[in-house]
Formats: sequence, C-alpha cells, structure tokens
Amino acid sequence: MIALLTRDLRLAVRAGGGFGLGLAFFLIVTVLVPFGVGPQTDLLTQIAPGILWIGALLACLLSLDRIFALDWEDGSLDLLATAPLPMEGIVSVKALAHWITTGLPLVLVAPALGVLLNLAGPGYLWLFISLALGTPALSVIGTFGAALTVGLKRGGLLMSLLVLPLYVPTLIFGAEVARRGAEGLAVQTPLLMLAGISFGVAALLPFASAAVLRINLR
Amino acid sequence: MSIWEYANPVKFIRTADMLLPWVTVAAVICLVTGLVWGFFFTPEDFRQGSTVKIIYLHVPAAMMAINAWIMMLLASLIWIVRRHHVSALAARAAAPIGATMTVIGLVTGAIWGQPMWGTWWAWDPRLTVFLILFLFYLGYMALWEAIEDDDTAADLTSILCLVGSVFALLSRYAVQFWNQGLHQGSSVLRAGAVTGADMDEKVSNVYFMPLLVSGVGFVLLFVALVLLRTQTEIRARRSRALLARERSA
Repeated sequence: MIALLTRDLRLAVRAGGGFGLGLAFFLIVTVLVPFGVGPQTDLLTQIAPGILWIGALLACLLSLDRIFALDWEDGSLDLLATAPLPMEGIVSVKALAHWITTGLPLVLVAPALGVLLNLAGPGYLWLFISLALGTPALSVIGTFGAALTVGLKRGGLLMSLLVLPLYVPTLIFGAEVARRGAEGLAVQTPLLMLAGISFGVAALLPFASAAVLRINLR
Repeated sequence: MSIWEYANPVKFIRTADMLLPWVTVAAVICLVTGLVWGFFFTPEDFRQGSTVKIIYLHVPAAMMAINAWIMMLLASLIWIVRRHHVSALAARAAAPIGATMTVIGLVTGAIWGQPMWGTWWAWDPRLTVFLILFLFYLGYMALWEAIEDDDTAADLTSILCLVGSVFALLSRYAVQFWNQGLHQGSSVLRAGAVTGADMDEKVSNVYFMPLLVSGVGFVLLFVALVLLRTQTEIRARRSRALLARERSA
C-alpha cells in the first residue's frame, strides 16, 4: 500500500501539470469573485468563508478524473486489481494520494487567499481547520464518483453531476464552521458534524467505490 | 405469487398487460374526482382564499417524489441481491417519473408561495432538500444514459442509488441545520391530529377527503406509468436483441 502511495505521489509530482493545476484554479476563482460582486471590503468579508470553501471544492472536483483515468488507459488499473491488495485498500490509497496532492495544498494556501477576500481575523484559523477536516471527505467522495465514471469516454461532466450533490453535507458543515469562526461564534456543533462526515465516509465509502470499480473492470 | 416469478420478462409483461387498463382507469377516476372535487366543491380558506386548492397537486406530487426514490432504492436492492432483471428496469422506469413529480412539487409550491409568502423561492430546508433530490434524480438518469452495457449500467446505478439515499438523508439534516424554515410542518397526517389532540393544526376534513382521493390517484398513476415504462423497456431490449441477431446471422 505504501509502495502504491509513493508511486501515485511521484507520478502526480513528476508527470507534469497535475500537481499545481488545482492550486492555480483555486487562485483564479478567488481572484474572479471580487470582479463579480464588487470590491466592497465588508461584503467580501461576509462571503469570504463560503467563497473559499466553494473554490476549494471546485478545485478538488476538477482534479478527480485523474485519480483513475491514467491508470485505466495504460492498463495498470487491471494489474492493481489482480494484485494481492484488496480493492478497498487500493481505493483508499488512491483517495489519500489525491488528498495529499490536491486537498493538502488547498488547505495550506486557503488562509493566504483569505487575505485577498479580506477574511475576518479569527476566520483564518477556523478556515484552515475546517478545510483540513473537510477536504479528506471531498477526496473520498470524489474517488467514488471517479470510480463510477472511469470507463466512460466523456465522463467529466457526468462526474460533476454525480459528485456535486454528494458534496452538499460536507460543504454545508464546512462552510458553516468557517463562517461561524470568522464571526466569532461557537463552532463546536458543525465542527463535530464535519468531522463525523469525514471519518464516516473514509470508513464506509471505499467499500462502495471498490464495488463500483470491480464492476467497471469486469 | 412472489416477485421472483416476475423476474421472467414474459410473465411480467403478461401480468402488466392485464393490470394496466384497470390501474389506468382507476387512476384517472381518482385524479378527476379528487381534483374536480378539490378545485370546485370545497370552500375557500378564510385566509388563503382559493390558493389553498393547489394543495391537491402539491402534496401528492411531493409525496410521490419521495416514494418514487424509495421504490427505486428497494428495486435497486433487489437487483443487487438477487439479479432480478425486471426490478432493475423498474428502478430505471421510475426515475424520470420521480423527477417529474419533484418538479411538479417545486413549481406548484412556487406558484402558491408567490401570493402567500411573497416570494417564488426561499432557501427553506424543505424546498432545498427537494431541489437536491431533483439533482440526485438527474445524476441517476444521466448515469443510466451514459453506460452502454445494460448490466453494468444496472449495477452502477443501483449502487449510486444506495449511496445517494444515504447522502440525501444526510443532506436533509444538514440543510435543516443550515437554515430555519418557512414551510409549515406536516399538517395532513400527524399522530396528534388523529387522536384529536391538536385539531387546530390539522387540515380540515373538508379539504382532507379530496386530498386523500387525489393522493390515491397519484399513487395509481405512478404505478401505471412504472408498469408501462418497464414494459416498454423490456420490449425495446427484445427488439434490440432481435436486430442484433439478424445482423449477425
């Protein structure tokens, strides 16, 4: 499993493009928002947590099809399926690799982008914490979507349609933590719910993803 | 008499052919009775005026939107566990109907909401959940359309249906947490109303009887449409198989 993880990470970093693309997208979305809603700082302060969460979510979504697509094309996914590693393990490692290459950089960069949107003082910490807790859920759910659409020619749009409704609870609780944190309110309830969703999907959804992948490799 | 008998498409078609006229006629009778009774022969509400009468479309459609998903969930489970082909097709047949019911529920709600709440749309938990449910329907149907191999499509969509159900339920509670509601609570069927404890909150019997009839009509309409669409799908597959055989011969 560790070998598979290091292989995936090495591929993501070295095989050009993939690694920084999500970050660049996140930056561009954040820059575009003030153009759309106007530069009033108090308005931006108000919407900053939500915008940053949505930006991170979309950046995550865009990179999902890379989880399985390349391995599917060159046949290494079939090799992995016949390897003495359970499919659930493969899927979990893939999700973890996706989180390390996409989710983790987003979490680290988000507070810096918060400056652009004039995020309120205590918001930085809570934005960081909520993204750190929430993005693993985004990766795991996204892996399920990627596994569903792996064999399809133009799976990208379809995958967005399938994955985005599944992101609703994570987004609600994640953005709620960031918003309440920025306004200095109590964050415990949404934080616990967010953590519950993250750990819950990490524990259960790989079984569904593995089942779906097995069907697609049949 | 068990559902496993109807895993045989021929048997299913024969039974559906027999049932379909009866169910259709009953559905039409119930719908016409319920709607005409509701629209023309009930008094106007003293505060809502005639807008109250949209309840005869709104409540049954919303009810069927949820029940159609539950039916799809059960059919998907049956397919996963026992490879019951007709069951998978029935789930596929129910999806567009459920999506249409969701749209009817949302649109009639908006038409009622404009004069009553003063807005077409509010980010109320119930409204939001229905919108999300509609997105789930869209995704489910899109996945069916996208995959060419029938059995693979049935497998994938049924797993999506299971996972989607869990997330739809999660979304429901998440959305309730996220925003407080404008929509009233259930006032048609509730425990306190049946025992007479809170009659003030319950819909009056004058409105309830036609609502019940039109609700039954919607259920029958749903059954008729599912039977019809499943039959159509079976026949379409058979003709596809025949064409393929002819081409290879």
